[in-house]
Amino acid sequence: MTTMTIAKAINEGLRATLANDPKSFLMGEDIGSLGGVYRVTEGLKAEFGAHRVMDTPLAESGIVGTAIGMALRGHRPICEIQFDGFVFPAFNQITTQLAKIRTRSDGQLSAPVVIRIPYGGGIGSIEHHSESPEALFAHTPGLRIITPSNANDAYWMIQQAVACQDPVIVFEPKRRYWLKGGVDTDNAPADPFTAQVVREGTDATLVAYGPLVPVALAAANAAAEDGHSVEVIDLRSISPIDFDTVEASVTKTGRLVVAHEAPTFGGIGGEIASRISERCFYSLEAPAIRVGGFHMPYPVARVEGHYLPDIDRMLEALDRAFAY
Amino acid sequence: MGSAQQADTGTRPSAGVLQANTVGEGEMVQLLDAAGARRQDATFGPYVDALDADTLRGFYRDMALVRRFDVEATALQRQGELALWVPVVGQEAAQIGSGSAMGAADYAFPTYREHGVALTRGLDLADLLKLFRGVSNGGWDPRGVNFHLYTLVLAAQTLHAVGYAMGIQRDLAADSGTEPAAVVAYFGDGASSEGDVHESMVFAASYNAPVVFFCQNNNWAISVPFEVQSKVPLVNRAAGYGFPGIRVDGNDVLAVYAVTQWALEHARSGRGPVLIEASTYRVGAHTTADDPTKYRRNAEEESWKGKDPLQRMENYLRAGGLADEAFFDQLKIDGDELAAHVRQATLALGGADIRDKFATVYAEAHPLVAEELAWFENYEASFADAGSQTSQGGAA
Repeated sequence: MTTMTIAKAINEGLRATLANDPKSFLMGEDIGSLGGVYRVTEGLKAEFGAHRVMDTPLAESGIVGTAIGMALRGHRPICEIQFDGFVFPAFNQITTQLAKIRTRSDGQLSAPVVIRIPYGGGIGSIEHHSESPEALFAHTPGLRIITPSNANDAYWMIQQAVACQDPVIVFEPKRRYWLKGGVDTDNAPADPFTAQVVREGTDATLVAYGPLVPVALAAANAAAEDGHSVEVIDLRSISPIDFDTVEASVTKTGRLVVAHEAPTFGGIGGEIASRISERCFYSLEAPAIRVGGFHMPYPVARVEGHYLPDIDRMLEALDRAFAY
Repeated sequence: MGSAQQADTGTRPSAGVLQANTVGEGEMVQLLDAAGARRQDATFGPYVDALDADTLRGFYRDMALVRRFDVEATALQRQGELALWVPVVGQEAAQIGSGSAMGAADYAFPTYREHGVALTRGLDLADLLKLFRGVSNGGWDPRGVNFHLYTLVLAAQTLHAVGYAMGIQRDLAADSGTEPAAVVAYFGDGASSEGDVHESMVFAASYNAPVVFFCQNNNWAISVPFEVQSKVPLVNRAAGYGFPGIRVDGNDVLAVYAVTQWALEHARSGRGPVLIEASTYRVGAHTTADDPTKYRRNAEEESWKGKDPLQRMENYLRAGGLADEAFFDQLKIDGDELAAHVRQATLALGGADIRDKFATVYAEAHPLVAEELAWFENYEASFADAGSQTSQGGAA
């Protein structure tokens, strides 16, 4: 077990992929000599060469569109989109092409492209640098979407994404890039497309993913001081969603709170609330409650603290659940 | 046949080749004039001089077959057997000429109108109709014929083409025994306005990708004339990206064949991309749902009928004694046979089964898809229990 930051863990995961899979390569803006704006790819160009770590023109549709072509030729492109808010020029290629090639070809073609996207707020940045667009992609059949919340998952998920035959988007919690954790480089963790109970409890289930998992754990600890035992689930996979793990938890606890940074309207939380309401109707003591961003474009940095779900917002939601 | 090396080191570039540093309107490469008389061209003529009579007749034969196929597909649509059809009439030379220039290892990325290219790649043309009959969104395995699936979001395929060409480069770098190959990215004058065409040319230039951008400028993007897409010939754009551009008479199958050969050799030999603008005309409607009388003049259509690509090649073959009456008679029989085959194969297509669609969303197992399929199976079974027919989902 080695301790490293999430950014370093992704870097090591990419290094292992490049070393193990000769068909794999990285492509994106500023990922070569600079090592990426978050230095996630630092040192990889020096080690593997410009051929395996390609600086591309500044064109996101071009990055994903050419990656699709290379994947059709049998290569394994790993694209970096520099920031969440800059993925939209590639939205057409991702949703109308990448996601549909398997279906269009009646199952004969695969385009196993991996797209890494740093996402989420809390870094005091300017417009387009703090968004959480995961629901827009989760709504698109044909894509898989995962998001690590800790260094061990970060190290393994990127490698598992590259090994997957389907296109995978890896949303990286950028404000947690410097969060340290233990990484077991010898033993891969669970299937990346499953959720994990990261704190056991009996009174309520708090589901979070990516950057909000540490917040959810802190909220559960605070709730414990008030005598509430809160189970915390790290969703890990946004598409598919491991409803079985959530169902098992809510059947036990009877209460569900789902938290994400993205706006609650039309978001992942609503999907979980709906499915769990169906599956756990007779176990629920309270309606499923969502904690998330407001229905506004991601706000300016000076007020993002009011927008982002924090410990108090999660506790307030738990209190509402306990009030029933 | 002239090699790419010869083509590139000629003392004077042929009329029509815009070198990368040249800005301005080039002349069109033409090897057959509108009457079908052979014209000389120092750069491109040798590609055609090297062809035997059988190959020349083959060009005409393929153009005639795809036109006959097009008539049959249009009829199938009018008879309610296809939801839609996208006619190719008028563009046969641009497609047969460019497709015939490709080698077996080369790869084509079409739009949705490249029926002629499909023929040259060896595709059973009946496979094209699966898309328009609503039983598949593709219809064939592209890897068998190196002809990608039709792409309906126009210009998206130009990036796939460049990526595929970059993949060829990666294969060559990893294994020098890889067969050199190039990619042809098909698009039209309408799609040329899409951002993906720009990005594809940026990437192709930056990485020197072995790709030929083949633009069929048929003058109409549904109802919008070319002038709305561009004020200058599209070939001029090549200079801006730093690679050669060639403007060719797209209704001259020999010229299209020659310039595409030149461009493919240029690309395969590691010298990077080429843009070809083939000037042609969409004689028919955009699709069977379109009505060109609402937006274009009869006189324009009539003037282009005088430049018919088949008539021009027929004149050339007859004048040169390259084809006799028996050839044309037999071709008519072969065309009718192809049409009968396409009709029979289309009518024999079964319906689509939505169970198959569940199975092809993902390559690996997916719990939500499995859950929804299981629900659907139960739902369907409930009709069987009631003794009624299987639900058709309202699509019957």
